[in-house]
Amino acid sequence: MLEFEDIQHILLTRAPALTGRYEFLSFKDPTGARAWLAEILPKVQSAKAMRESVNAEKRWITIAFTWNGLRALGVDEVTLATFPQEFRDGMVARAKMLGDTGANAPQHWVDKTGSPDLHAIAILFARDATERGRCAVDHANLIAECKGVEVLSSLDLEATPPYEYAHDHFGYRDRLSQPSIEGSGDEPTPGSGAPLKAGEFILGYPDESGVVPLLPKPDVLSRNGSFMAYRRLEQHVGKFRNFLREHGKTPEGQELLAAKLMGRWRSGAPLVLAPDKDDPALGADPRRNNDFNYKDQDPQGYAVPLGSHIRRMNPRDTAASMNRHRMMRRGATYGTHLPEGAADDDTERGIAAFVICASLIRQFEFAQNVWVNDKNFHKLGNERDPIIGAQDGTLEYKIPKRPIRRTIVGLPTFTSVRGGAYFFVPGLKALCWLAALGKTS
Amino acid sequence: MSNASDENDWTKPAAMAIPKGGFFPDKVEEGRYGPMFPKTPACYGFSVLAKVKPGREQVVRDYGKSIEAAVKADPSVLAPLQLHYLRWVLFDVGSGMHFMYQGIFDTDFDKYLEDALEIFLKTGINTVFTNLEGFPEDWKTNLPAVIKFFREHQCPSFLEYGEYPYVSADEVKKALRVKAALSQMLDQMQ
Repeated sequence: MLEFEDIQHILLTRAPALTGRYEFLSFKDPTGARAWLAEILPKVQSAKAMRESVNAEKRWITIAFTWNGLRALGVDEVTLATFPQEFRDGMVARAKMLGDTGANAPQHWVDKTGSPDLHAIAILFARDATERGRCAVDHANLIAECKGVEVLSSLDLEATPPYEYAHDHFGYRDRLSQPSIEGSGDEPTPGSGAPLKAGEFILGYPDESGVVPLLPKPDVLSRNGSFMAYRRLEQHVGKFRNFLREHGKTPEGQELLAAKLMGRWRSGAPLVLAPDKDDPALGADPRRNNDFNYKDQDPQGYAVPLGSHIRRMNPRDTAASMNRHRMMRRGATYGTHLPEGAADDDTERGIAAFVICASLIRQFEFAQNVWVNDKNFHKLGNERDPIIGAQDGTLEYKIPKRPIRRTIVGLPTFTSVRGGAYFFVPGLKALCWLAALGKTS
Repeated sequence: MSNASDENDWTKPAAMAIPKGGFFPDKVEEGRYGPMFPKTPACYGFSVLAKVKPGREQVVRDYGKSIEAAVKADPSVLAPLQLHYLRWVLFDVGSGMHFMYQGIFDTDFDKYLEDALEIFLKTGINTVFTNLEGFPEDWKTNLPAVIKFFREHQCPSFLEYGEYPYVSADEVKKALRVKAALSQMLDQMQ
């Protein structure tokens, strides 16, 4: 039985927010840090509280810490050593393996998330900008009262028009394929597979291997927690649209090319089910828009190219042990909308996303290393993920087609990494335990 | 991750001498569990050597039959490992019984081990490796410890050779399928 009253809401629910704000914090003083935590703790909703109050509530708050942040709060070295190596290393130390090199390297990140002084994140999802503004002022006032708590950077989230459905700045409909957790009460949409064991996403429960994996100690700290990879990905919208115009002769050809890069039409309709022509009604229908596989329905990639984004992020029935590499995604877009026809401006816009999983190395890092950035994924030889892969202008993209496949050489960089970090998202009891550290020792 | 640029000419046999330690210092790629062992003309692979616990030789030997039966029952059971060949050897050169596990495959070292462990967990086959000295007791719950064991017991080659270098098992099978189809087509035209 999942302990809904202890699990932070972000692990199990998605807030009906149109906006939000992330604040990246540093602690110079453990007493001040714990005072901040004790004050904000009552505002952090559990999954249970969130579900009960969702219609009345206007804002939802999540708190998470880096490994350095746990130390800055006063967690002892013996406890710290029980956390997995990749979390202790942090995202910066794992940059080469993740493909965060060249322009994507941590030294170019814009939000100080690459700093060892990054200790915590406060995530706010809000119904509207007024509520976000109110919460930002409240939080600034709280921080001013807590000794040694500093804001390293912050990021305001903005949905992009049209607001009726979630989509990114490139125009792709988002949030179509999400695993569901056994016992969470959420029914998987057709094609999303059976609900997964909670231990794949929440610490302290059996995972898909049938056992409870080794956890950080003490149990009160790890139970009902999870790990979370943060990625701030800038989307180069003008460059993306230019690419479509350059390689697609007609508007229909450009739409098809956009679909071939993703594996879905921008409406969300999957190419496996709508290979030749967009079907917006299919894209918008959760009973149908995820109901497909590859091994039987598209083994050669004639519909969805083998190297497309959705094949790499979720190879479905063409990957071994697929259930051991699933991830829960949260987050939103940031930056202003770039109107169609406008050239790239100096404004940064993109996706600020969280990948939630019980094991960063087995889930997030696996996906990044083995699926997104492996040039030889599906024996493709010289490709990386066309949307979020580490592109350097030398790689290609192959679109299977009868009689001869189409190969685009020198794929540009459509997305750049602008920030990132590994966090631990404790359960509410663990947050209380952390806030009380000074008192117990 | 592999570099495709010098891997295209399967007609040209290639040999690769590998520095002591198993890595080319100027070309080390970082993997999730440490530096990645390089792809060679003989694809990816490893030679893992470990001492067998006293009295366990027969258990290890019997495990060969278990794998034979598992593959017979489901020929695709080891497919995730993208293997070309496996060789399991037991030997004693005077310092006790040792087990050698040599594999040649197309996936990288760490992913091979992750996938192998998943197969063991999924199929319920108790792993042969619990009969080896130093294998972590908590292997079912502690994947990083298992991978550390294998990395520590890997004896990197100092020479590898490929008569048809860098060709994957998939490509070999594809070529044989084409040959079979062509042969069938020619038969039909007689």
